[in-house]
Amino acid sequence: MLADKSRTCFTSVVTSAATETEQTPLSAPLNVGFDYTRSVGPVLGHFVNALRQRRIVGIRGSDGRVHVPPVEYDPHTAEALTEFADVADEGTVVSWSWAPEPLEGQPIQRPFAWALIRLDGADTALLHAVDAGSAAKMRTGMRVRVRWADEPVGHIRDIAYFLPVDAPPDDPAPTPPPPPVVEREEGSPVTTVVTPVHLSFEHSVSPEESRYLRGLAEGRLIAQRCPACGKVYIPPRGACPTDGVPTVEEVELPDTGIVTTFCIVNVPFLGQRIKPPYVAAYILLDGADIPFLHLVLGCEASEVRMGMRVRAAWKPRQEWSTTLENIAHFEPTGEPDAPYESYAHHL
Amino acid sequence: MNDVAVVGFAQAPCVRRTHGTTNGVEMLVPIFAEVFEQTGLTKADIGFWCSGSSDYLAGRAFSFIAAVDAIGAFPPIHESHVEMDAAWALYEAWLKIRMGEVDTALVYGFGKASAGELRRVLSLQLDPYVMAPLWPDSIGIAGLQARLGMDAGLWSEKDLAEVAARSRRDATSNPFAQLSGDVEAARLLEEPLVADPLRAHDIAPVTDGAAVIVLASVERARDIVERPAVITGIEHRIDSPVLGARDLTRSPSTERAGLAVGARDVEIAELHAPFTHQELILRDALGFGDDVRINPSGGALTGNPMFSAGLTRIGEAARQILAGNASRTLGHATSGPALQQNLVAVLERG
Ligand SMILES: [Zn+2]
Repeated sequence: MLADKSRTCFTSVVTSAATETEQTPLSAPLNVGFDYTRSVGPVLGHFVNALRQRRIVGIRGSDGRVHVPPVEYDPHTAEALTEFADVADEGTVVSWSWAPEPLEGQPIQRPFAWALIRLDGADTALLHAVDAGSAAKMRTGMRVRVRWADEPVGHIRDIAYFLPVDAPPDDPAPTPPPPPVVEREEGSPVTTVVTPVHLSFEHSVSPEESRYLRGLAEGRLIAQRCPACGKVYIPPRGACPTDGVPTVEEVELPDTGIVTTFCIVNVPFLGQRIKPPYVAAYILLDGADIPFLHLVLGCEASEVRMGMRVRAAWKPRQEWSTTLENIAHFEPTGEPDAPYESYAHHL
Repeated sequence: MNDVAVVGFAQAPCVRRTHGTTNGVEMLVPIFAEVFEQTGLTKADIGFWCSGSSDYLAGRAFSFIAAVDAIGAFPPIHESHVEMDAAWALYEAWLKIRMGEVDTALVYGFGKASAGELRRVLSLQLDPYVMAPLWPDSIGIAGLQARLGMDAGLWSEKDLAEVAARSRRDATSNPFAQLSGDVEAARLLEEPLVADPLRAHDIAPVTDGAAVIVLASVERARDIVERPAVITGIEHRIDSPVLGARDLTRSPSTERAGLAVGARDVEIAELHAPFTHQELILRDALGFGDDVRINPSGGALTGNPMFSAGLTRIGEAARQILAGNASRTLGHATSGPALQQNLVAVLERG
């Protein structure tokens, strides 16, 4: 799962598409990125440190065969392997396929071949890219040689790509930026490799959520009622978690409600927009059956309490779009607190 | 131990793109209703729920949690999830029933592959040290595998086109298929290579979709449907992740799983082959002759919903028994690059 990786960027601003109709769900680009940081251990560590010196090492299996890239355990006996063997930086193409439109991050940023390459001295094949110019110049059995990265860092991408030995292209291929490097003491070996991962998605919200977001752009709080249990959800649900049916009947709610529960944020964190301490609270709007998370400002953090009556503080109308951020925060109304029994079943 | 049978199966239409959310709720709500209708069961009758999907496809952490809204998961249910094709979720559910912990289970898989760039997203299932940092896409890897077989004389471009043509013809009778049509192999071979040695027809389409299967112990199954599809064997195996160390023209994991479940002597087999040449590898690994009818649904080449295409194969194999068309069928699912992991299930009329 993505959850246990650190995120370096995550945007989820929902905007209207140019061709949308009232019925088309809203969608927006969603970009996820993180640096995959991995320790290499003794076997792969040996491999990447050799790459940094522009050497390729394999490892000898229990049957004497040399595995390149090296494997930590023998595939047949499961025995830990330790006997490294140098192999050449030249070899033979075992199989290939043509990549006419390189994707982001691939080793060569112009049409190229993927290839399984058996390096001289190795018995297994390495997967990498060949800069051949055109598919017509590729063939099984052809000889290829490593093109090293200008500044090897101890990473598989120190092998920038492979070139045909016979007829290499005249110009160097465009390549993606080199991988980032973990800081380490001068002269010490590479123990960690870093691989940036960036994925792009088109994120869509459900038809029910789209009605709600479009309502927010008009300053309206649109909830929907479950046809089975009658509960009112804001934001509305693709399906009621009790009944498994989409919510349908539209219900407009006021911008007043109560704090059901809250926490005082005292700890600063990356991306924080307000200076701590401040209050993040569950707000149950009048008439709703589910609270949502928002900020409570306009009083001392220590004064916020369960059952406190609050009202939305809207941003200026010209700043509104399809987002709950149109409400800057909630503020106390000064009315008497709601009795505990009135919201106990919403906690 | 309890024997286990498939008693219900439904699928969402395979489509290039839905407007729906990546949590699959819009696709799942109608097909849950459909299997409840088929079986007469209600949500309260289901002992265990298990799903297959992927956060990488959705671009969101814990994306499968939102999908449980489609169940109506409050009050709390007995639920689990695999980050694989839901065929492996079915295996988990099968175990729960075998162990006598529950006597019914509902298994579902879903994926909105259109939300991202599928062939690039799939790079992240590769070895993270020496392969994934190069972002080798799924089509590029399949091309390496296809060429190995061509160079070895195991199959030709024509053989592959024939697989595609037969799949599309079969899909004309499958209302859920994304691609279908009556087309000759020779005609397909006139199309350009899109990723030499592969043409468009060699590659399963990018598909949004979902599927659901209801399992029951054989005792319960007989009360639910007339002809339950009893799972007489189910086995899954895995091959090395080191692509350059495997003989990619074979599938030892399928071979072993097939032997374990008695894969021979089936009438119909639904094979999960996202590339034409992979169907040929799988047929060989399972020891099929010409008497076995392969993929009457059209197979994954005519609709490949990520994380439910394998479950759909088992569902289609079961449907042939539930509908009284066959008495012994096989469903296969694959996961990972170049047929790395394989699951085989044999179903018989109970
Ligand atoms: Zn409800």
